[in-house]
Amino acid sequence: MSYVTKSPWIIHYDGSSCNGCDIEVLACLTPMYDVERFGVINTGNPKHADIFLVTGSVNAQNISVVKQIYEQMPRPKVVVAVGICAASAGIFKECYNIIGGVDKAIPVDVYVPGCAARPEAIIDGVVKGLSVLEEKRKSLKEELAAETVKAGMDFKAEGEEREGA
Amino acid sequence: MNTTAIISVIAYVALAPAAGGLLAGFDRKISARMQGRVGPPLLQPFYDLFKLLEKEPVTVNRVQDFYVLCCLIFMIITGGFFFAGGSLLLVIFTLTTASVFMVVAAYSSNSPYAQIGASRELLQIMAYEPMVLITAIGFFIVYRSFNVADIIAHPAPAVHYLAGIFLGFVFILTIKFRKSPFDLSMSHHAHQELVKGLTTEFSGKTLAMIELSHWYENIFLLGFVFLFFANGTTQWTVIAVLACLLAYFLEIFIDNSYARMKWQIAVNSSWIVALTAGGVNLLVLYFAIFGFGLGV
Ligand code: SF4
Repeated sequence: MSYVTKSPWIIHYDGSSCNGCDIEVLACLTPMYDVERFGVINTGNPKHADIFLVTGSVNAQNISVVKQIYEQMPRPKVVVAVGICAASAGIFKECYNIIGGVDKAIPVDVYVPGCAARPEAIIDGVVKGLSVLEEKRKSLKEELAAETVKAGMDFKAEGEEREGA
Repeated sequence: MNTTAIISVIAYVALAPAAGGLLAGFDRKISARMQGRVGPPLLQPFYDLFKLLEKEPVTVNRVQDFYVLCCLIFMIITGGFFFAGGSLLLVIFTLTTASVFMVVAAYSSNSPYAQIGASRELLQIMAYEPMVLITAIGFFIVYRSFNVADIIAHPAPAVHYLAGIFLGFVFILTIKFRKSPFDLSMSHHAHQELVKGLTTEFSGKTLAMIELSHWYENIFLLGFVFLFFANGTTQWTVIAVLACLLAYFLEIFIDNSYARMKWQIAVNSSWIVALTAGGVNLLVLYFAIFGFGLGV
């Protein structure tokens, strides 16, 4: 059992959306749906977040922003694309400035369909994201452990080299 | 140092995180209920803390973790001195040291949001510090000692003499508990405000340390409330514990019923309260004790 699935903190970014999905995301926080029941917090800080919730598509202006937010989040992290716009650019697909869905900028783990995606669907998507988060936590743990071992070996090898010299 | 002092220090160091976390859990639950929501599980603050420990370490520079660690250690020392029955002055100065380490940590991270958070934190320290000092002076005038052990051992509970100072102290608790309307530097609820102010650049274990030191601090502050009522008898101990719970509930209530105010109001109002509630109380004590010889 890990704790990362019990306390998913979310950062929400609004790309090129019509604002419909954003309103539904915020609806999840209201007393009606109250996602804080699952420990979800809507943070404004990528460094505190575990789940990146993107609504709307990626365009020429915001692609760097989306990438930067994603890179600032400490691992393990999961991306949830909310709405058709975030999945494939949807209704804005033909616009001159649109690049496409969120997966054109960063790897997406869960797609939540809908225009607008309903709050129930968004919560469902986040919960789906939790299992991905758990998997990522396990692989991160192994990776960090391997890094520590490697750093230790390097240190030892360096020491031996110095002794030899 | 006698055995009770040692036991209470060990109990504080070991149990304060558990008690502080539970308190935070109740806080979030009660706040949610006040807003018509179900709210997170009671143990949510612990889940959050352990989650933070599982995250990948990301730091912007080499010193920030050290500063935050110092903040945590000094916070533990503050409570340690207090629960060992040590001098209130020492307690207050270590508390300030801990707060200053937090400010330095935020400044060191170089983020503009953290910098604004840090300057607001300094303003908050400026706002509450006079009242804290007046509290210590009040205790000294009544009991002729700064030592917590002497104050608790005395049969007369402090609140009889220091009612005004007690009110002033509860007022600044809003700042210290980081509650609205005075949660200027880092708000529990408004996560977008200043991108979490002081903690903008901190994540994972560092953030967990900040949370932990906040829990230690909260328990220590409730210990201060306890001090106003305790006199060693069971009856007053029960009253003191009830007073602590009531004070915390009051802070949650204020938190949920006020919007955040400007820093000018935070500084002005806490100084006005310190001068009126605290100052008048001191004056009355002074005349009663030195004018009419009514000491304890
Ligand atoms: S998916 Fe539909 S509702 Fe959502 S942002 Fe796109 S156009 Fe708006």
